[in-house]
Amino acid sequence: MAGDATKALSNDVLWGGGRSPFSISYGKMMMWFFLVSDALTFSGLLVAYGFVRHSTTEAWPIGEEVFRALPFLHGNYPLIYVALMTAILIFSSVTMVLAVEAGHRMDKSGVIKWLFATVLGGAFFVGSQAWEWSHFIHGGGGYMTTAAGEKYWVHNDEHDTHNPTAHESFHLVPALEGHYLQGAEGAHHLSREESIAIWNKRVSYVDGANMTRNEYGPPQYANFFFFITGFHGFHVFSGVIINLIVLVMALQGVFHRRGHYEMVEKAGLYWHFVDLVWVFVFTFFYLL
Amino acid sequence: MERDDIIEYSLDAHHSEEEGRKIRRKIWLVTLLLAVVTTIEVAVGAYWKEWFPGHWQAVKWTFVVLTLVKATYIVMTFMHLGDERRNIRSIILLPYALFILYLIFIAIWESQYVHHTWETYL
Repeated sequence: MAGDATKALSNDVLWGGGRSPFSISYGKMMMWFFLVSDALTFSGLLVAYGFVRHSTTEAWPIGEEVFRALPFLHGNYPLIYVALMTAILIFSSVTMVLAVEAGHRMDKSGVIKWLFATVLGGAFFVGSQAWEWSHFIHGGGGYMTTAAGEKYWVHNDEHDTHNPTAHESFHLVPALEGHYLQGAEGAHHLSREESIAIWNKRVSYVDGANMTRNEYGPPQYANFFFFITGFHGFHVFSGVIINLIVLVMALQGVFHRRGHYEMVEKAGLYWHFVDLVWVFVFTFFYLL
Repeated sequence: MERDDIIEYSLDAHHSEEEGRKIRRKIWLVTLLLAVVTTIEVAVGAYWKEWFPGHWQAVKWTFVVLTLVKATYIVMTFMHLGDERRNIRSIILLPYALFILYLIFIAIWESQYVHHTWETYL
C-alpha cells in the first residue's frame, strides 16, 4: 500500500543514501506536508472558536437548538441534517479509499466507478451546505426588543421574517433570561392581539444571521459559523474539482499508461483530510 | 532524457487480488465503526439532557474521545499512515501534536483569565 514500507531494509542501508528513509514518493510526502500545514490552520480556527466561547460572559447558543430543521419538513430534528451531511462525507471518503485500492490492482474500471461516486458525494455535501447556510441566514423567525429592554421571540408558522404579522399564526414568546433559544417546552405564548400591541412598540427586530448580528447568539457565533464551515466548504469544493480532474485523467487512461495510480492516492489524501476536518468541526462546532 | 535517479515507490504499492480482498474487508469494517460512532454522537448530542441530565462534563469528554477515535481510524486506515514507515509517521504527527497541544493549553489558560476579568470588572 505504502511504497515498499513493508520491505525489510537494515538501518545502515536506509540512512546510507540512495534510498529515501521514508520510502514514499516525493509527491505523497509533499501532500502530507501541505496537509499538516492546512491542519494547523483549521486547528487555529477551532481553537479561536473555543477561546471566544470559553472567555465570553454571554450565553452561547447550543448546536442541537440552532440546527434542527430538515428540508421539506416541519418539526424538530436536532442535528439530524448535520448528521446526514457527515454521513455523506464519510461515505465519499470510503468510496475514495476503494478507488485507491482499485488503483493498486491496476483496475481501471474500478477506479473510475469509485471516483465517480466520490465526486457525486462531494457535490452532494457542498449542495447540503448551501441549504444549511441559506437556512441559517434566513432564520426561524427572529426576536424583537422593546424600549424597556424586554426580548420576545417572533413566531409564525410560515417562518416569514419580512412581514411576520401578516399571518394568522403570528405571536410572540417572552425570551428567558440568559437563553438564546427559547426551548419549545414551557414557553409562554402570547395571544395574537397582545403580540401585535407589543410588536408595534418594538425598537429592534433581529432575524436570521449576518456578519454583525444574528438571532442565535453573540455576533461571533455566526461569524465563526460562516468562517469555519465556509473555509471547510471551500476545501470540499476544491476537492471535488481535483477529483473530477483525476477522474477525467483516469478515463483517458493516463494512469494506466503510467503504470501506477498514485495520483488517485494523492488526491485521496486531500479528500480524506477534508473528511477528517469535518469530524472535528462536527464535534467542536455542532456537538459541544 | 530518461532519469535514473528517481525510485518509483508507487510501483511497489501494487497488490494482488487476494490482498485487495483483505484490504477491502478492513475498509468496510472501519466504515461500520465510523458510522456507529457518528450515530452515537448524534443521539447523545440530541438527547443527553433526557438521558444523562446534569452530566455535561462527562458527555463533553465522551465526544472528544469519540472524535479522536474517529480521527485515528481515518488517518491510520483511510490515509494509510498506519502502513507507512515510522519515520514519516513521526515527522507528520509529532510536530503537529506539539504545536496544537501547546495552542490548546494557552487558549484554555488565557480564555479562563479573560472570562474571569470580564466577570469581575465589566
